[in-house]
Amino acid sequence: MLLQNTLNNFGTYCLFIWRVFSQPDKWSEFFRRYISEVVKLVIDSIPLVIVISLFIGAVCTIQMKLNIMSPLIPMYTVGLATREIILLEFSSSILCLILAGKVGSSITSEIGTMRVTEQIDALEIMGINSANFLVLPKIVAFVTFIPVLVVICMATSLYGGYLITILTSIVSPETYLYGIQTLFNEWYVWYALIKSLFFAFVISSVASYFGYHVTGGALQVGKASTNAVVTSSILILLLDVILTNIMLQ
Amino acid sequence: MIEVKNVIKSFEDKTVLKGISAKFYDGKTNLIIGQSGSGKTVLVKNLVGLLKPDSGEILYDGRDITKMSPGQMKEIRKEIGMLFQGSALFDSETVEGNVMFPLKMFSDMSYAEMKERAEFCIHRVNLDGANKKYPSEISGGMQKRVAIARAIALNPKYLFCDEPNSGLDPETSILIDELLSDITHEYGITTIINTHDMNSVLGIGENIIFINKGNLEWRGTSKDVFISDNKELNDFVFATNLFKNAKSYMLQELKNGK
Repeated sequence: MLLQNTLNNFGTYCLFIWRVFSQPDKWSEFFRRYISEVVKLVIDSIPLVIVISLFIGAVCTIQMKLNIMSPLIPMYTVGLATREIILLEFSSSILCLILAGKVGSSITSEIGTMRVTEQIDALEIMGINSANFLVLPKIVAFVTFIPVLVVICMATSLYGGYLITILTSIVSPETYLYGIQTLFNEWYVWYALIKSLFFAFVISSVASYFGYHVTGGALQVGKASTNAVVTSSILILLLDVILTNIMLQ
Repeated sequence: MIEVKNVIKSFEDKTVLKGISAKFYDGKTNLIIGQSGSGKTVLVKNLVGLLKPDSGEILYDGRDITKMSPGQMKEIRKEIGMLFQGSALFDSETVEGNVMFPLKMFSDMSYAEMKERAEFCIHRVNLDGANKKYPSEISGGMQKRVAIARAIALNPKYLFCDEPNSGLDPETSILIDELLSDITHEYGITTIINTHDMNSVLGIGENIIFINKGNLEWRGTSKDVFISDNKELNDFVFATNLFKNAKSYMLQELKNGK
């Protein structure tokens, strides 16, 4: 039964994505909505990304210092390990898990509310492909601008680590700065950016799918938001394993 | 004119529409009435193409929409305006934005022309001055009027209204009824109203069909309702003492030759 439901949902999701990726009825309206979605989904997420990244960068640095007690390990390892954690996992996977909560639930509740208040029916009656009209700008906006959030996250996290070295004496700022520049592998940045593109697609499309297929009222919209966040999170973790295996082998 | 021929629609093992045939005329307010669960909403959804009947024909001026491709249906939809029960206005757009929306999507008008047309429609529904307000800032009755303005923006040939009076006070309901009736006559639109409101039935019903348990039980005008001896119709329309008294009064008047 569970397998049947999963396959059924996957089939409906594929058909939904097929409808989403058709040619927009009017390109000018698509670009207007695209810009609006960039502001709503990306620009409005920047404060959250900055706050979280600053603190996580600082916490990572403190924990690295606490875990590196051996006199045989050089102190710059604190900066180096912090950088690797941030580049490899935090700036893409963990950030996207956080965004699945913020952006995903926002998309599901917006589209779900439009469904239960018949706004989507109104679009369909007018002869507009509602899936394409509502969802395509969201997916394209989030996928094309997620790298901006990832880069902001990387920079702010490393700066958070630097701030904590200034505010405390766990390691000198110079040593930390030396550590974050040591043995730098540029591919890790590309790896994080590429992963984030996949995660952004999952977040925006899964959230839209759950919102678009809401039936009932406000309670169902809330449930759909929860389901969207849970499903996106699981898919992000699953994709993380697969992509890491492919790209870092 | 929209003509429905022997439409049957089932959901799993339950047949909701059992072979309905009816005509809805140009320039007239056509009403679909019936108890909850009688199948009238399903009929309207079939009429606008949101559902497809299992069998039968739905002819828009002779064009059968049940046999149309999605592309052909898209063209028909440009001729349709619809007023939803909950108005279905776009929350993120102002009153003016809502009315301009179909124009932006389907017309080649310049921005100035679209604005002019939107202002005309807003004026037509007596909402001057509300252009810049958002749906959440106006009353339910005003939202209905904005929805009517949006529905007529593209000069539709067919206007569908799903319970236009639900949730409105009697005075506002009458205003909405009068507005729909005026627009129908003014532009010669085929207006189809799905309603429970007995004031609408007796006030603006020029062509009424009564659906009972998925069958077309009765058809006539608002005047015919008073003299009909159809038990199901009488039980439905004259359910309250107020309407029973109104019927007695009307029949007495008719007897007296007035």
